[in-house]
Amino acid sequence: MPPVGDLSTLLVWAAATAFTVALFAYSIDLARIADAAARPRQAARAVKTSTKANANQRVPALAGAGGPSSSYAPPLPPASEPSGAPDQGSSDAATGDAVGRSAKAEGIARSTHLLGILLLFSGIVLRGIAAGRWPTANMYEFTLVGMFVATTVLAIVQRRRVIAFLGVVVTAIAVLGLVLALNAFYVRADALQPALQSYWLVIHVGVAISATGIFTVACGTSMLQLLSAARAENRSHLEQPWSRGDVVRRSASGWRVTGPRFAWLKQMPDALHLEALSFRLNAVGFVLWTFTLIAGSIWAEHAWGRYWNWDPKEVGTFVVWVTYASYLHARTTRGWSGRRAAYLVFAGYLAVLANFTVVNLFVAGLHSYSGLR
Amino acid sequence: MSAFRPEGLEDTFTGTAPDEPRVAVPALGVGGWLRWAWRQLTSMRVALLLLVLLAVAAVPGTMFPQRGQDAARVTAYITAHGAVGHWLDRFGFFDVYTSAWFSAIYLLLFVSLVGCIMPRTKHHWSAMRARPPRTPRRFGRFPAQASTTVHDEPEALVRRAAAMLGRGKRYRVDVHDEGSGTWSVSAERGYLRETGNLVFHLALVGLLVAVAYGQLLHYRAQVIVVAGDGFANAETAFDTFEHGRAFDPAKLEPFTMRLDDFESRFDAASLAARDFTAHVTLTEPGAAPAARTIKVNHPLDVGGTEIYLQGNGYAPEVTVKDAAGQVAFSGPVPFLPQDQVYTSRGVVKVPDVSGGQPQIGLLGFLLPSAAEMSPDQWVSVNPEPNSPLLVLSVWSGNLGLDTGVPQNVYQLDEKGLTESKDASGKPVTLYVRPGDTVTLPDGLGTLTFDGMRRFAAFDLRKDPALAWLLTFALTALAGLATSLFVPRRRLWVRAAPSTGDQDESPTTVVTAAGLARGDDVGLAPELGRVLEAVLGSPVPVAGRPPVEEEGD
Repeated sequence: MPPVGDLSTLLVWAAATAFTVALFAYSIDLARIADAAARPRQAARAVKTSTKANANQRVPALAGAGGPSSSYAPPLPPASEPSGAPDQGSSDAATGDAVGRSAKAEGIARSTHLLGILLLFSGIVLRGIAAGRWPTANMYEFTLVGMFVATTVLAIVQRRRVIAFLGVVVTAIAVLGLVLALNAFYVRADALQPALQSYWLVIHVGVAISATGIFTVACGTSMLQLLSAARAENRSHLEQPWSRGDVVRRSASGWRVTGPRFAWLKQMPDALHLEALSFRLNAVGFVLWTFTLIAGSIWAEHAWGRYWNWDPKEVGTFVVWVTYASYLHARTTRGWSGRRAAYLVFAGYLAVLANFTVVNLFVAGLHSYSGLR
Repeated sequence: MSAFRPEGLEDTFTGTAPDEPRVAVPALGVGGWLRWAWRQLTSMRVALLLLVLLAVAAVPGTMFPQRGQDAARVTAYITAHGAVGHWLDRFGFFDVYTSAWFSAIYLLLFVSLVGCIMPRTKHHWSAMRARPPRTPRRFGRFPAQASTTVHDEPEALVRRAAAMLGRGKRYRVDVHDEGSGTWSVSAERGYLRETGNLVFHLALVGLLVAVAYGQLLHYRAQVIVVAGDGFANAETAFDTFEHGRAFDPAKLEPFTMRLDDFESRFDAASLAARDFTAHVTLTEPGAAPAARTIKVNHPLDVGGTEIYLQGNGYAPEVTVKDAAGQVAFSGPVPFLPQDQVYTSRGVVKVPDVSGGQPQIGLLGFLLPSAAEMSPDQWVSVNPEPNSPLLVLSVWSGNLGLDTGVPQNVYQLDEKGLTESKDASGKPVTLYVRPGDTVTLPDGLGTLTFDGMRRFAAFDLRKDPALAWLLTFALTALAGLATSLFVPRRRLWVRAAPSTGDQDESPTTVVTAAGLARGDDVGLAPELGRVLEAVLGSPVPVAGRPPVEEEGD
């Protein structure tokens, strides 16, 4: 193995380590927020006053969530604070800055998260150098780049304010993905087989990976949305006795979403804003996925003389596309917006994962490029 | 103007439609039923249901082998699974994408789409040329609101706002004199959002039509060419040929192509393929022969027909002499590679033996780089032809070629044949190296392995719909992006003279509101910027969440 390839692998391990530290730090932050939120009264009152002071100019939280509509200026300072510098601080307060968050943990999380992104990026670049080509040709490289996109999107979403839960979900997925890639998907950096020798490898696969990374963050956001909605509506399946297997319910009841363990949800943006954020991410992901489908068809036409052949990978991509299309329809269908639409986000993301793992590893088809046997 | 809205569409601009009152069934005549069915089919909920169904229905195609992709695996699956396989076949699980149920879902979906989009297009067409909706009396229900008092004169202020919105912000504006000194402006932008939405859906219909058009007029042929040989682009030259109903085989471009040489390169360590290049000579009518190359990912375009390099392998050249010593067969026979090291399988059929003798069939493998793993166990260890070896079993009798039933040239029909056995009853296996001549068992004659040539498999294909497909696909993409990312907003600014004020200078009460379609985090800031520009100082804008969540 060429030494550059070795170095790349080391960097990926280092990135996985950095993300693990970030994961712990985000978890600690989340736990602190939960603690503070669980301690009643004072904290709650503090939040109330801080939001009331800004009630006049509340703007939807998480303004710059990475969508194309995110480029608007920070909100106007309230009339009562004419001298207030137009910095991000005032908007933080307006969105209900979480009480009890650990500045130290957040600092560590942020810096290790960024460090991880840098390490991973260098690992990917060196991998490309070692192989002498664009590094998106097999499952190992696909996973590296996908996790790079996911963690970068996370960093963009969090650029104003840390959303600890999202940090935990995405960094956990990133760590699992990277370790899985290193242990199960790893193949030697090597040149390409003739079928992959095309500039479409950069376009088609690159865009598919970006879409996957964005869908990952959107899925985490939708999870948070459901938890937040359930808590706000005081609704938990673990609250009422079950007709069968109530023992399970009682032992798990500490984990009910309405319980103290989820008190941190109070500090999160509310379900409506999370839904809006998830939609913006999914919309970008969906447009990219549509492009993936089209670019894939063009490439298939060049390579195989068939723009659409119902190859398992094509079917998987199609299923993902239709599922996210259903999600977009559900959002505007009466009785289907909100919670039910979020279920379709989960279905779509599951389809993305299955399309990547099951179809690559267990189904024979024209897209069998994992390099694994 | 009543806006068309499919049943169940939630829309901030027109509000949510009340549920249709339930009609007692007997009151519905045939027309009523049809109307009801049509309304259901074009409703959002049914469209959603069909979309989810489509996603689910596509999945079995990845779980079961499909005839369109691999007919041999389907046959093997049905044989292996008996009755289950038979029933799966009856319900179309091996032809999912052409099955009645899958077709029904997507056709219904497209009918639903057309039924929904056509009236919407009509409505949008008139909305685009209409004036923005009148300023509502009350602003209380809108997601973005602001109010302040200034000393400007109401009409001038409103006209200033209208000019600003129309010019810099590309709004369509309408100024209203509301009487008693009160003026207001209504403004709307982002008609492109709905346009994009409609264009996207219409482009999908166009895509479907283009696919069908291509199906009618396409053709696809496969041909295997041994290096040194060529073929003419005509039906008789092809190994397989399929075409759409409206395609006339007489209209094939009359060209000929010769495979001069085939180059391949493999990685020395991993043995993985690195490059395949076919060097061909193309002769088009009325033109001199021209040298061309065809590579994977780089098909050759001949007057609209694309020629793809789809496969390659080795064709051993053999000569078979029958018992009478006559040459019964001589030439290259393509053996199809089965794996990465080109373990290739093939059949040599020798029907033209001298009178009264049995026909000969030779079945077996070609190993480009043969290595003996254990006695009589040979494998190929490299795709390069370093030490080729033919391993053949010998059959004799009737090859069955004159039955009129087309035969696969890569398979031996063993019905009328018997395999040669040695004295101990074991099948005879011939091991032949290039240059060797071996005697066939049972006095059938001799076999000479003269040498090896490369062969290449080409797909020839023409689909006149490709340009349309690309156009519709890119139009759909553009429409989709527009419909998701262009904000559609309505803004209103009203200026009314203050009543009951004792001040010397007259004051004007300015109220403003904004409404957006879908999620729009930029709405409140936009209203703020407009007011600041018109009034010269910032005005706080109260925003509330842009969408209302339904309790269910």
